[in-house]
Amino acid sequence: MCASPETENDMGAPLAIDVSGLNKHFGDKHVVKNLALQVREGEIFGFLGPNGSGKTTSIRLLCGLLTPDSGQGSCLGLDVVKDSARIKSQVGYMTQRFSLWEDLSIEENLDFVARMFGVPDRRQAVTRALEELGLASRRRQLAGALSGGWKQRLALASCLLHRPRLLLLDEPTAGVDPKARRDFWEEIHRLSAAGITVLVSTHYMDEAERCHRLAYISYGQLLASGTAEEVVGSLRLNTWEISGQKLHGLAESLQRLPGVEMVASFGAALHVSGRDAALLQTSLETALAGSPLEMRPIPPSLEDAFIHLMRGDQDQTASGGH
Amino acid sequence: MGRFSSFSVARWLGILIKEFLQLKRDRLTFGMIVGIPILQLLLFGFAINTDPRHLPTAVVMADPGPFARSYVAAMENSSYFDIVGSIDAREADALLDEGRVKFVVTFPPGFHRDLARGLSPTLLVEADATDPMAMGGALSVLSQLGLQVFAPDLPGTRHSPPPSPPVDLRVHRRYNPEGLSTYNVVPGLVGVILTMTMVLMTGLAMTRERERGTFENLLATPATPLEVLTGKIIPYIIIGLLQVTLILTASRWIFDIPIRGSLLLLYAMVLFFICANLTLGITISSIARNQLQSMQMTVFFFLPSLLLSGFMFPFQAMPGWAQAIGSVLPLTHFLIIARGILLKGNGLELLWPHIWPILLFIGVVLAAGLKTYRRTLD
Ligand SMILES: Nc1ncnc2c1ncn2[C@@H]1O[C@H](COP(=O)(O)OP(=O)(O)OP(=O)(O)O)[C@@H](O)[C@H]1O
Ligand SMILES: [Mg+2]
Repeated sequence: MCASPETENDMGAPLAIDVSGLNKHFGDKHVVKNLALQVREGEIFGFLGPNGSGKTTSIRLLCGLLTPDSGQGSCLGLDVVKDSARIKSQVGYMTQRFSLWEDLSIEENLDFVARMFGVPDRRQAVTRALEELGLASRRRQLAGALSGGWKQRLALASCLLHRPRLLLLDEPTAGVDPKARRDFWEEIHRLSAAGITVLVSTHYMDEAERCHRLAYISYGQLLASGTAEEVVGSLRLNTWEISGQKLHGLAESLQRLPGVEMVASFGAALHVSGRDAALLQTSLETALAGSPLEMRPIPPSLEDAFIHLMRGDQDQTASGGH
Repeated sequence: MGRFSSFSVARWLGILIKEFLQLKRDRLTFGMIVGIPILQLLLFGFAINTDPRHLPTAVVMADPGPFARSYVAAMENSSYFDIVGSIDAREADALLDEGRVKFVVTFPPGFHRDLARGLSPTLLVEADATDPMAMGGALSVLSQLGLQVFAPDLPGTRHSPPPSPPVDLRVHRRYNPEGLSTYNVVPGLVGVILTMTMVLMTGLAMTRERERGTFENLLATPATPLEVLTGKIIPYIIIGLLQVTLILTASRWIFDIPIRGSLLLLYAMVLFFICANLTLGITISSIARNQLQSMQMTVFFFLPSLLLSGFMFPFQAMPGWAQAIGSVLPLTHFLIIARGILLKGNGLELLWPHIWPILLFIGVVLAAGLKTYRRTLD
């Protein structure tokens, strides 16, 4: 399209988002701390972190809805601070909370958004979006009358209308049923294959695993980023799975053992993790000696890794590598 | 920084359409648009009465004898009249026309001589009857003054009441010969209703988006502040003009209000006035954090407008500080303009002293509004 002087990273792939040192305060609360983020063109980038960690704020900084207190960078080759008006026209931003007009009908909402972005062949584009959504027959229904999941789907359709080059999706699948969620991710991968960059925040592990690369943010600080394997690997975590009958109450006693940093229940099994492999193993073996429970080492999952990261937040000793 | 550089008519039209659609769905607001004017017209038109004092009065002395002077002194002592001075008839007429005085009292030549001879000379009182409520008390005081002032000094009346009143008081009710108070209220209502609905509705326009979270979506589009603000204002201008038409039509039917001046001029003035209120409303909505705050600010502005503009109480009868506040409010000036055009048939030159304060108000408030308009979610 336009020959924008996109920045490139070491590997030569052009970057859709390349920011560094972004800071944002609300009053005296430091919500985003020195955020550095690099997202390659055409990739699906997952943005994870506990509630209140600053995901929404970071996304708003990227598309110019908030002005950073300091920091610089580019988004689609345009300056995030100075060119936010031009960035907006090439970005599709889906807000975390439904923010279309509830007192407008489905069709009117799409039509309005299409007008705002100056979509060519507007009527046709809206009709096509309605048909793809499967809402053509309910086009005159007020958006406010839709169920939560349908609202999400309408919101996604509305931010795709102007064929953006970059999608910023803030928890797009919250409250969406599994079938619709799968369809949604199929769509995301189709878009990504077509060269659209997608940055998506989520709390779901299965969704995180479907992303090309991930970033984990906590208390406004980027703690880990890379592919899922890289993120898990960087934590140097060792995990044992304990299975058997009567796991009840076991988690608490295991938690107190030396070398055990985290115990999490997964259905009929417990995942016990720690960074010191030898200490963890001896602790578990002594604790479970004589009991009918089985223990076996497993590769730590992404979820183990993230829960581990969240634990770290709580005692403020997080030292996750990049 | 590109704030006004790229105005897109297509986007602006989109915002306009959206506002109209939302307005159409908002039954309550729609009811307010029609209901408020009718309700207030009936309420105020029939119900309100006041007894103001200290009304500015000019005196035309063709015969500056002692009787005339003691009569003027008695008028001032009654506390209903503030004598602004003795002047010639032409000047007095002009003052009345501009609304600077409410009364002109003319003592004819030979007043003293005729009075001493018991010939009942004519005392001409011209009253600005556009505000009849303001006149009622003052006029009844005036008719009693003749007896009180002159009776003790006139021959043959010390012990028996005089056969006829010593002076022949003639009252000319100018502009509103029948002294109908609705004449005064109706033009005033145009202003009051516009103030209330315009400021309130635009005050809510932006805060509503912010509170519902839709502002975030609007901000994420390339729409510029100017497109959004003007797109949101236009529907309300149309509503305002509709309301004015509604009130004028209703007041013709119910109260037989004349329209003496140019209707075109009136609508032009209404447009200025609407703009003043809309800029205030939009400014309020960009300062207020939520709809409740916006409502409170609206009321904070509306109450003084109602009380200090000369709608409730005659402007000249208010204390100085109240007049000072009142003269900042657009409603004060609009009331004089609307009454001037509707009841007196005033033209543009005469109204100019009340037009520029409204324009100044628009300028100042708009500057404040653009300064406080938040283009981000910060
Ligand atoms: N407008 C605001 N004013 C003040 N504080 C804010 C504002 N917006 C966000 N915050 C604060 O900033 C922090 C980060 O909020 P943010 O919404 O970015 O988190 P998040 O990662 O998106 O959380 P969640 O997963 O719950 O959506 C929170 O502590 C929040 O209270
Ligand atoms: Mg969020």
